Amino acid sequence: MIVYLLCFTLFLVGLYGVLTQRNLVKIVIGLSIMEISIFLFFTLIGYIQGAAAPIVVRGQVETQFVDPLPQAMVLTAIVIALATNAMLLSIAIRLYRKYKTFDIREMRSLKG
Amino acid sequence: METPISILLGFMIIGAIYSLSARDLLSAVISVGIVGYSLVICFLLLKAPDLAIVQIVVETITLVIMIAVVLDSTRIIRPQKAKGFVYFRYALSLAVIVIFAGVLLYMWSAPDLLQVFGDHTTRMSTAYIENAANATGSANLVTGVLFDFRGYDTLGEATVLFTAVVGVVTILRLKGKK
Amino acid sequence: MSEIVKTVTKIIVGVIFIYGLYIIVHGHLTPGGGFAGGAVLAGAFVLLVLAYGSPETKLKSQKEYPAIFESLSLLAFLVLASIGIGLGIKVFFNNYLPKGIVGDLVSAGNIPLYNMAIGIEVAAAMFAIILALIIYKEEARE
Repeated sequence: MIVYLLCFTLFLVGLYGVLTQRNLVKIVIGLSIMEISIFLFFTLIGYIQGAAAPIVVRGQVETQFVDPLPQAMVLTAIVIALATNAMLLSIAIRLYRKYKTFDIREMRSLKG
Repeated sequence: METPISILLGFMIIGAIYSLSARDLLSAVISVGIVGYSLVICFLLLKAPDLAIVQIVVETITLVIMIAVVLDSTRIIRPQKAKGFVYFRYALSLAVIVIFAGVLLYMWSAPDLLQVFGDHTTRMSTAYIENAANATGSANLVTGVLFDFRGYDTLGEATVLFTAVVGVVTILRLKGKK
Repeated sequence: MSEIVKTVTKIIVGVIFIYGLYIIVHGHLTPGGGFAGGAVLAGAFVLLVLAYGSPETKLKSQKEYPAIFESLSLLAFLVLASIGIGLGIKVFFNNYLPKGIVGDLVSAGNIPLYNMAIGIEVAAAMFAIILALIIYKEEARE
């Protein structure tokens, strides 16, 4: 049970980073920490003690397998996370070119 | 299996806290690599080799992208002078986090939902495990679920990936098309 | 980059590329599949670009190709899936090719073809992102 609690703690650390940091790159880092904790949580849900990886070997009579459904969902989510992180970072670098800073406060003061 | 994953999660939390509090952006980006690469080991311990292969490559490419963004900017974060509004902001974010923690702990208190490494928790899993190999003919059950039972999911993922790449290329274009 | 990095890259890039193709083709038998193999292929391209830099590989003139490959592979995925509407039990994503024996290389009906389409798409997408970033940084420097 301690594993799920630590997973939640990792999620909350990421949330704290998103809420309090003022640097755009730090905000993206906080988002990616939240994503990673969610991936780990999904995989933990599917794990069964003593089960085998979900691959059928020819000639081997059926043993107990790990749940393949959360793994399939996390597999797609990892690739999406890369693409969305790259999109956020490209927005950040575009803003850096305009304002010469990553700080969101100075961007607000330069508005207009 | 619970102890090694707990230790790895402790390392991940320490790395996350350090990377959020570092003054240098480059060291922050590198120490978020701790979190990603520990996740690879966790996937291997949790019997998910497909995810481990994907995550180790994706984490490397993410690091390359982040370092490319950070390298030609002002890396050092200047400490901010505290204005009157700052404490209210910190209090507000701490309140949000406490409320979130309360909601998550309430969710966690449902004991039959989250048994540690016990039986299958998703309702469809036994049907998938029994039928996937024979119905799809694929020895790798994850691939069978991904491309046959959950084909719409994969199609949506491919669409999102395509859209994100189009967005990146559009945002990063400097010269307009004639 | 220095000469050592270039030489090592020249030796190692082909091996990484072949490994990515292996992961894609054997996706229905061993761990891996389209997503993992596509990521490995993209890693090979990224290593090549990082080691050799822009002027020798002429990146700017080739920046259209990843987008073309990505669109074509997504189109192939859609066409393969929608052929299933016309055959058999008339369902989208119908697995209409013969299944074969579980564990053979040529088995599992459509799944190897889906794997190839998704693998090319993921590789082209990741390489397009890196390429856009590098070209942006070059243009911003001028």
